[in-house]
Amino acid sequence: MNGPQTGGMRWQRKDLLGMRELSAEEITFVLDTANAFKEVGTRDVKKVPALRGKTLVNFFVEPSTRTRTSFELAATRLSADVINISASTSSLTKGETLKDTAKILEANQADIIVLRHSSAGAAQFLAERLRSSVINAGDGAHEHPTQALLDLYTIRQHRGAIAGLHVAIVGDILFSRVARSNIFALLKLGARVTLVGPSTLVPRAFEQLGVAVSHRIDEVLPTVDVVNLLRIQHERQRKEYFPGIGEYIRLFGLTKARAKLLKPDCLIMHPGPINRGVEIDSDLADGVQSVILDQVTNGLAVRMAVLYLCGGIAAR
Amino acid sequence: MKTIIRGGRIIDPTNKRDEVAELMISDGRIVSGIEDRDAQIIDATGLIVAPGLIDIHVHLREPGFSWKETIESGARAAAAGGFTTVVCMPNTSPVADSPSTIAWIKDRAAEVACVNVLPSGAISKGLAGEELAPIGSLAQAGVVAITDDGHCVQNNELMRRAVEYARMVGVPVLDHCQDYNLVGNGVVHEGYWSTLLGLPGWPAAGEEAIVARNILLAELCDHHIHCQHISSAGSVRLLREARSRGVKISGEVCPHHIALTDESIQNFDTNYKMNPPLRSERDVAALLEGIAYGTLDILASDHAPHAKFEKEVEFDQAPFGIVGLETELGLFIDLLVHKTKTIALPRLIELFTLNPARLLKLDAGTLANGAVADVTLIDPALEWTVNADNFETLSCNTPFTGRKLKGRAVRTIVRGETVWAL
Repeated sequence: MNGPQTGGMRWQRKDLLGMRELSAEEITFVLDTANAFKEVGTRDVKKVPALRGKTLVNFFVEPSTRTRTSFELAATRLSADVINISASTSSLTKGETLKDTAKILEANQADIIVLRHSSAGAAQFLAERLRSSVINAGDGAHEHPTQALLDLYTIRQHRGAIAGLHVAIVGDILFSRVARSNIFALLKLGARVTLVGPSTLVPRAFEQLGVAVSHRIDEVLPTVDVVNLLRIQHERQRKEYFPGIGEYIRLFGLTKARAKLLKPDCLIMHPGPINRGVEIDSDLADGVQSVILDQVTNGLAVRMAVLYLCGGIAAR
Repeated sequence: MKTIIRGGRIIDPTNKRDEVAELMISDGRIVSGIEDRDAQIIDATGLIVAPGLIDIHVHLREPGFSWKETIESGARAAAAGGFTTVVCMPNTSPVADSPSTIAWIKDRAAEVACVNVLPSGAISKGLAGEELAPIGSLAQAGVVAITDDGHCVQNNELMRRAVEYARMVGVPVLDHCQDYNLVGNGVVHEGYWSTLLGLPGWPAAGEEAIVARNILLAELCDHHIHCQHISSAGSVRLLREARSRGVKISGEVCPHHIALTDESIQNFDTNYKMNPPLRSERDVAALLEGIAYGTLDILASDHAPHAKFEKEVEFDQAPFGIVGLETELGLFIDLLVHKTKTIALPRLIELFTLNPARLLKLDAGTLANGAVADVTLIDPALEWTVNADNFETLSCNTPFTGRKLKGRAVRTIVRGETVWAL
């Protein structure tokens, strides 16, 4: 393979670690590449030989079903061989370090390692030490680049372009890698971003990243073209951050009443898994403005593009 | 054995000396009037002749963690950095919270250490912050201070009793200032970079809350509390106000907190992970101001060796700390004297001799006639490049490899004997 190339641009990265390191041109290039793979999913035979003979390891140190499945399907459609390793089946639970586990995977000649890990910087840590291609599938509260790419892809699919749009990201921003990757990517492509949520989960420090911060969702909703709702995880050690689910819904939940404030063509997005009736009303999640299932389908195409591009570099 | 150090500029703040003169040593003590023909001559032309430098904050890792450092290797690192006296922290295994552990450290140091190693003892049993360590027995065993360094007594009432008790037995209290609730699982300064990178933030208020607590307790108990490794502008402001009222409170500065900012963490390199964390430019400016105006009057390394395999892990899982003994003096001369001109060299030597000796009531840090001949020769203009491969310490966890510095110790003399020379 001669290195993926279209429109005068050549992809140079063996790893995808985050959106912050990508240029606007590179982001657009991935999205354009995903277009080609989207079509593969509509065929009767949903498989191309792009990564035939390559081995992909889904290395999920933190549990995930949705992202892991999406990467597995994407790799399978590219004809790669896939193995899945989770924290409970890896030697990390026996005290082996991340570095040693990864070296073992490389010694077993894994070409691509997809890493999900609870520590920020874990993907970069591996990428600096391995020849294999490393794809970040979420590192702590740092980045989740393929989620941002599929979000951008979905917005572009429905609105044609990203530049000039106003996007609200609502919920637990402080602990969210999805939020950070979306912020970096949306700003690079010329969108305006407003973060909405309780002051404890959306601290003012985020304004330094170039976004607006609001704690009044009713003022924001009429002005946005996209509202991206993040999962609220009150059950996981977040008890001191807000008083309870009931109050969260009252102040920030996308209820039917609030949805009336939205522009008619405003897209409703959610990275999943959804808490129906918490961050979003159940009917709205299934409603005409919701593109939540498009996000899932587009995730496959975007991940195929990422694996194809980075896997192609690692092979050379 | 007689030695004459000739041609150097003697700077001895304890005795208010700053002059080019000869320094004479006989049988391990400073003397006057010995003849050339009896003596070894050390040419110190162009060098500073200072009292042996004192670092009151080092981790020598023994007993218990000898793969990181030993009393022997840590003492060699101290000598190579120009230090003749170091105070080692009690977070060993077992914790230095009993007279027998203190006795072991002292015996071991007497056997293998080429510099003076003075132990500190724990404030609380096991550093757990729940009950007092036997502070009186520790004082009798020879600790020069008590501290729970690495930990921090959270219970203000227990801390009050510790300070009152320490006053009775005459040992100062050193405190690592960290409010556990405010800091939580924080690993880097809470600010722009923690927000950008999604790393748990360690807010400056987590240090300042305990500095404020210590000011109140120092007043209440009328006893000295020394705040270790001060890192934030707010702490400097609190200390300045308290000291202006005569409160028995002080603070020290580590080189990394003025040499680096939190911007350095952006590549998740764990050699930039320390506790307290690297902070903002505004905090660095406040620390420099605190040094310039005397609010912060002791310099220390917080030498914290960790093995490579321990540091080479995910950022939030790596241990805090860096080695510091062999870069400390160079960094401080380079930054404080040459680059920022915050203080002149005599004042810098005061912060390494007179002030720590006075805080811990040490018989050290002086070149008076009859004093033990602990001497450091410093070349303040020597340019060199840090290279961890050349370190004496067993560990190499430093962010300063490759950094060019101006100024370093070139000879370290303990009890009249040269224990290290460049």
